[in-house]
Amino acid sequence: MFQVRFHGRGGQGVVTAAELLAAAAFREGRHAQAFPSFGSERMGAPVMSFCRIDDKPIRTHEPVTEPDALIIQDPTLLHQAELFAGFSRDGYLLINSAHDFEKLGLDEFIRAVHPSGRDRLLVVPASALALTHLGRPLPGAALLGGFAALTWAVSLESVLAAISDRFRGAVAEGNAEAARAAFAFVRDEREALSHA
Amino acid sequence: MLKQIEGSQAVAQAVAMCRPDVICAYPITPQTHIVEALSAMVSKGELAAEFLNVESEFAALSVAIGASAAGARAYTATASQGLLYMSEAVYNAAGLGLPIVMTIANRAIGAPINIWNDHSDSMSQRDAGWLQLFAETNQEALDLHIQAFRIAEQLSVPVMVCMDGFLLTHASERADIPDPAQVDTFLPRYEPRQVLDPAEPVSIGAMVGPEAFTEVRYLAYQRMQQALHVVPAVAAEFAAQFGRESGGLVRPYLTQDADTIVVAMGSVLGTVKDAVDELRAEGMRIGVLGITTYRPFPAQAIAAALGAGHQHLVVLERALAPGTGGFVTGDLRMALAGQSSPRISTVIAGLGGRAVTRKSLRNLLVKAAAGGLDPFSFLDLDTGLAGRELDRIRAARRSGPSPENMLRDLGVTASRIG
Repeated sequence: MFQVRFHGRGGQGVVTAAELLAAAAFREGRHAQAFPSFGSERMGAPVMSFCRIDDKPIRTHEPVTEPDALIIQDPTLLHQAELFAGFSRDGYLLINSAHDFEKLGLDEFIRAVHPSGRDRLLVVPASALALTHLGRPLPGAALLGGFAALTWAVSLESVLAAISDRFRGAVAEGNAEAARAAFAFVRDEREALSHA
Repeated sequence: MLKQIEGSQAVAQAVAMCRPDVICAYPITPQTHIVEALSAMVSKGELAAEFLNVESEFAALSVAIGASAAGARAYTATASQGLLYMSEAVYNAAGLGLPIVMTIANRAIGAPINIWNDHSDSMSQRDAGWLQLFAETNQEALDLHIQAFRIAEQLSVPVMVCMDGFLLTHASERADIPDPAQVDTFLPRYEPRQVLDPAEPVSIGAMVGPEAFTEVRYLAYQRMQQALHVVPAVAAEFAAQFGRESGGLVRPYLTQDADTIVVAMGSVLGTVKDAVDELRAEGMRIGVLGITTYRPFPAQAIAAALGAGHQHLVVLERALAPGTGGFVTGDLRMALAGQSSPRISTVIAGLGGRAVTRKSLRNLLVKAAAGGLDPFSFLDLDTGLAGRELDRIRAARRSGPSPENMLRDLGVTASRIG
């Protein structure tokens, strides 16, 4: 089972992103479960959502306390919430940021927690990509594109299909473009790291 | 057709396929997505039903009662305080023998205000004369609604389909959405036993004195006894037609050789089964008994599932019965009285959204198997937090409101993860 936890703020599409990831996995014939952190969500308040992917039916209904991957939609949460609780040592981390880990003040953490596997921990400027392609800073689809390039837990094609199932017209196209751009960005980041 | 779908949407689609004539709704978290989806279907003309926005839950069920008495198939949904607010009508619907189907998106009851999941709301109305069916998964929630209309109309008794708020209602999972034609075959047109018709005027719900009130209640008792046969028969027919097991009275899992059996209802069963599989792999003989039909309480089916009844029963209660302990435990003791005297441990778990984790369940069950589990306990109780408040209460008369004191103690600004 592959378990993902999303952290963001109310209004950023944190729940939608988890549902899109589940839909993408479902399209690949896999079992998936997505659910929110069950708060009385308000715009701007810290929000979590979860997604599980497996090859067999998923029976558990507990929250994801030991994520294989963390997707941080809003880097301003980094020093407020317990984002890294239960994060596995060989887990994947994708942060929506135009800054690198050093500027985010996470360099030490990254080195300490993950001495190896540096290419599992990446940033992607998802909000900026969403602004460019969608016209609104909603980073969910872009993060999923980046997530596909980071983990290969789902393919970019499945993410794009889930987006086109969920949205219509310009919103669908903008989100798809943002996802493609983020996929390419993360793929290039990983290649650069592997040659470093 | 297989779909990746939110529980509320799946239930709304199932309800729509049951072709209700009247849907009345008053929004309350976490039930709202269901009636929102139904109202969208009605406004788009996809569902030919009358959708009534009412001013309260009391009105929602009262409208359903009126509609049902006039021969309409009626549906509503609620949760928590909403169910309490309609309580008088809940008893009336049952007393009048009206086959209304109502979804309960299970949520805690205040005070303090809590929007999260436990079973307190359904438990508060468990003896109102409705059937109560508890869904383990979203697939089962969907299927139970289709079965509920069949059962309700066959018996002329209202049915509550209880599904865990958020854990199921807001979870996107894989579900097999049936073909509407299949549902039409399974669920024939509603033929009311009694109907308010201006052409043939009758009274329904008039006064009955001591001369016949006991007999009216006796018939209600009889109908519930009958339900114990109808529920499994409908589930069997459903399985034959739709090709999957859903509903029924109880669901044993690996109970045959078990020394310890966890008894539970609702979505926590999935997490319990994962924990049990792990412990089985480590050599523990442990099983699970899921109760799908809570009202009427399936005493015989439970006794049959337990066989000789020498096991240690660990009852996971998703609601606290203040002053007695647990609701399900009380029912179990009555059901098993005279047949055997199993050891029962009551565990109050998952109140107001506290996550029931596999890790906590493991620790609990290992302790139970080793004989170290108390007859009554709270799962994952923060004794330090409760203890500090008890100290404050002892130290000063005007110690203030306990919930707020404890939140201040925790410095809570956001809900915890698990």
